[in-house]
Amino acid sequence: MTASLSISLLVNGERVDAIVLPRLNLADFLREHLKLTGTHVGCEHGVCGACTVRVNGDIVRACLTLAAQSDGASVETIEGLSDSGEIADLQAAFRDRNALQCGFCTPGMLIAAQDLLTQEAEPDRARIREHLSGNYCRCTGYHAIVDAVEATARRRRERTP
Amino acid sequence: MSSPPANKTALSELDRPNSYIGKVVPRPNLDRLLQGRGLYVSDIELPRMAHVVFVRSPHAHAKIVAVDTGAAKRLSGVIAIVTGEELASVITPWVGVLSHLKGLKSAPQRAIAIGRVCWQGEAVAAVVAVSRAIAEDAAEMVAVEYEALEAVTDMRAALDPKTPVIHASLGDNLAFERVLDAGTVDAAFGGSDEIVEVEFVFGRHTGVTLEPRAVVADWNSAEARLTIYQGTQAPHMVQNIAALHLGLEEAQVRVVCKDVGGSFGIKVHIYADEMATYALAKLLRRPIKFVADRVESFNTDIHARDHRCMGRIGVRRDGTIMAFEIDDLTGIGPYSMYPRTSAIEANQVVNLVGGPYVTRNYRARARVVFQNKNVMCQYRAVGHPIACSVTEGLVDLAAAKVGMDPAEIRRRNLIADDAYPCASPSGLRFELLSHHAALNKLVKMMNYDQLRAEQAALRTRNIHRGIGIASFIEVTNPSAAFYGVGGAKISSQDGVAVRLDAQGSVICQTSITEQGQGSESLTAQIVGSVLGVSMSRVRVILGDTDQTPYGGGTWASRGAGIGGEAALQAAKILRKNILDVAAAILQSSPAELDIADDAVVNSADGAPRIELRELARIVYFRPDTLPPGIQPELMATRHYVPREYPFAFTNGVQASWLELDTDTGFIKLLGHWVVEDCGTLINPQLVDEQIRGGVVQGLGAALFEKCIYDERGQLTNANMADYLVPMAGEMPDINVGHVVSPTTESELGAKGAGEAGTAGAAAAVANAVNDALKPFGAIVTEIPLTPQIILSALGRI
Repeated sequence: MTASLSISLLVNGERVDAIVLPRLNLADFLREHLKLTGTHVGCEHGVCGACTVRVNGDIVRACLTLAAQSDGASVETIEGLSDSGEIADLQAAFRDRNALQCGFCTPGMLIAAQDLLTQEAEPDRARIREHLSGNYCRCTGYHAIVDAVEATARRRRERTP
Repeated sequence: MSSPPANKTALSELDRPNSYIGKVVPRPNLDRLLQGRGLYVSDIELPRMAHVVFVRSPHAHAKIVAVDTGAAKRLSGVIAIVTGEELASVITPWVGVLSHLKGLKSAPQRAIAIGRVCWQGEAVAAVVAVSRAIAEDAAEMVAVEYEALEAVTDMRAALDPKTPVIHASLGDNLAFERVLDAGTVDAAFGGSDEIVEVEFVFGRHTGVTLEPRAVVADWNSAEARLTIYQGTQAPHMVQNIAALHLGLEEAQVRVVCKDVGGSFGIKVHIYADEMATYALAKLLRRPIKFVADRVESFNTDIHARDHRCMGRIGVRRDGTIMAFEIDDLTGIGPYSMYPRTSAIEANQVVNLVGGPYVTRNYRARARVVFQNKNVMCQYRAVGHPIACSVTEGLVDLAAAKVGMDPAEIRRRNLIADDAYPCASPSGLRFELLSHHAALNKLVKMMNYDQLRAEQAALRTRNIHRGIGIASFIEVTNPSAAFYGVGGAKISSQDGVAVRLDAQGSVICQTSITEQGQGSESLTAQIVGSVLGVSMSRVRVILGDTDQTPYGGGTWASRGAGIGGEAALQAAKILRKNILDVAAAILQSSPAELDIADDAVVNSADGAPRIELRELARIVYFRPDTLPPGIQPELMATRHYVPREYPFAFTNGVQASWLELDTDTGFIKLLGHWVVEDCGTLINPQLVDEQIRGGVVQGLGAALFEKCIYDERGQLTNANMADYLVPMAGEMPDINVGHVVSPTTESELGAKGAGEAGTAGAAAAVANAVNDALKPFGAIVTEIPLTPQIILSALGRI
């Protein structure tokens, strides 16, 4: 086993200094070291999207990212995006539309949806489905999620003069 | 019948101005999950908690010659390495049989294998360490010497005398067989103008819950009590089984179930590795955590549906269906699963084939065989997708044979909506179904005639689209007939306790569980409606055997119909008790009072008399001011189990509209419609979402999902990149409609809705594909409908 590494990063705006093993992935670092358990681990091989977080503004799979790679980065998780209010309208749309059942995919799904909504103002249903097609949901069948994202896009357009 | 409310008098307690019944209201506490602040078992950490990782067999069938744990034990951070022999001192083996499944046999199964492994993935040793990473490192250092044995993998050969018998003590590889012969089948086939006979093949697939199975077991040796934190659908069942096999009283076991990351039947069973985790906690006297990784999930979560079913239908030229006959074969792995057994799916297939139709002539045989693959057991819609695909596939093939439209042949053969109550040839009793109303509504919703015209027009341009229809029945609200009569200690009744707290809010404890279906919401909706209390003031507690009444939990589409009725009855008693106290305080009579918007009001004019908050203050803190002799009772408990019908059958119909690329074999789903009848709709949005989620699991089975084993019993696609699941991009929008025929057995009138979507989706898709293939004279009867199967049917490969 290789020697531990010292890393320093921003997590939800707070500075975090830590000593980690090189093999530690970002999802385990967030969950086990920082107790940010909103980042979920579904497949641990980059397919299901449950561990989606934002690193320097881009969405990444925390299970395929090493904690050591995040040295110097700004990492945002579902806890941070909830507390800042950035996705409050999207979360409300998910709640009103019952776009979640067990909720395990939901943090990753919300972060992936927000990524689309920050890039495109008028995504149609096919575009929403395409953008979310890296996030597995076993409960909803996706229809309600697409509805909630579509409704949020519409409301944001209406708010923007 | 198609417009609610169908029985207004029976629903009077709920049909009030501030009722939440039948309304779309958001589920309580969703913000917790939306903000990533839920508590799943994989999130739980306890002081002194250690992690277990299992060394699992790479062989499908092998003798364990030696297990060398020496090097692994020396790794820093390793607490213990435990073999099957060592664990056997704390936990006893089990046999997954039930007495009502006559002849079902299985062999003793252990928490960790001793002497022999029977499937790839069976645990051989447990490695316990201070972290999961260290436990995984150590697991790689455990050296196990195996002597490979011949693996029985093909279910068709399992009963061949030349095939090795997996459990010598059982004599053969036949776990269970059932035959049924109703009506006059031979005469009916003799009187048929056309007979169609085909084999339907169903891929073995699995549930793929996004949160893998997870357990934290905490044995407190000072209290002599085991607390099990587990994502389970049936906490009291887990309590019973854990106590039974660890030599404890049930009172010594507490099962706590907080948030669960998907269940779908995967988490309603007791798995060997979970038993091992309970036992390790007791053995090592500390909390032990087990969280399956994804590869383990594929290798050990129950699989389902691996069936090959010969189907035969006789039909007259006028479309009259004369008879159905099936011969079903399924392979369940090396053991019948515990405690619900692995014979239920085949048994359901026998029960359900032909279920929507009038014909009385039905013959069936089902055989369940052992094999050296992962265990198979009940997954969402148990048996229904097989029965529906066989029945509806045969009906469509018969329609094609006599040149009749698929909707028309169903109109001519579905049981009439005014024929109830009645029974099926297999003995299922139907209280009230609505096949024709549902079909009529479906045909309208999807613009059937217009789609047929569009299909015809596109065919001239070499674009091949298909329409598939599938009618179905669904077993819901099971009584003790499902498990209890066979000797399983799995409760079919549920209980709800409701109390008014000191500030006039309501606390409600229910024995049904929540895995996202909306159990908490429907309980709060019912209690709020009956009491006249705002939903925001109703708090629902579930998933804790120390806290809730005793009950079955949430599975087999039973939560709303059984747990919901218990909530209704408990709330009625509490309401009466509140009004009795209010009448004493107000010097009125209970009949002159009502409760609305969190206050006691005059029933005549609705004028507010006393807030519940104030009533509670008096009862709890100033009972001295009440009239002499009054002992208020602001808590009420009621239990409920259906007694008249063994099952509350529901019905529905689905349709698929898709396009087939005849060059690539790819299928594009263009639309999907469902009309179903689950009786009273407590929250229409939640019902619709259960249907949609269920449909997509059925679509996964139809198009993608298959556990691919090689001839040596190796699962070759045990990861999410190679095992395909439905993702947002391939799924269509799903339109859902309802017919409402409440059950009169309960006051609530609700039947189940959780499995209807899965029951019929694959059948609708397969029928649509065959419809699209019609110009080519090809048919397919195997799912998943991969491009390879389509292109083979077309003769392109």
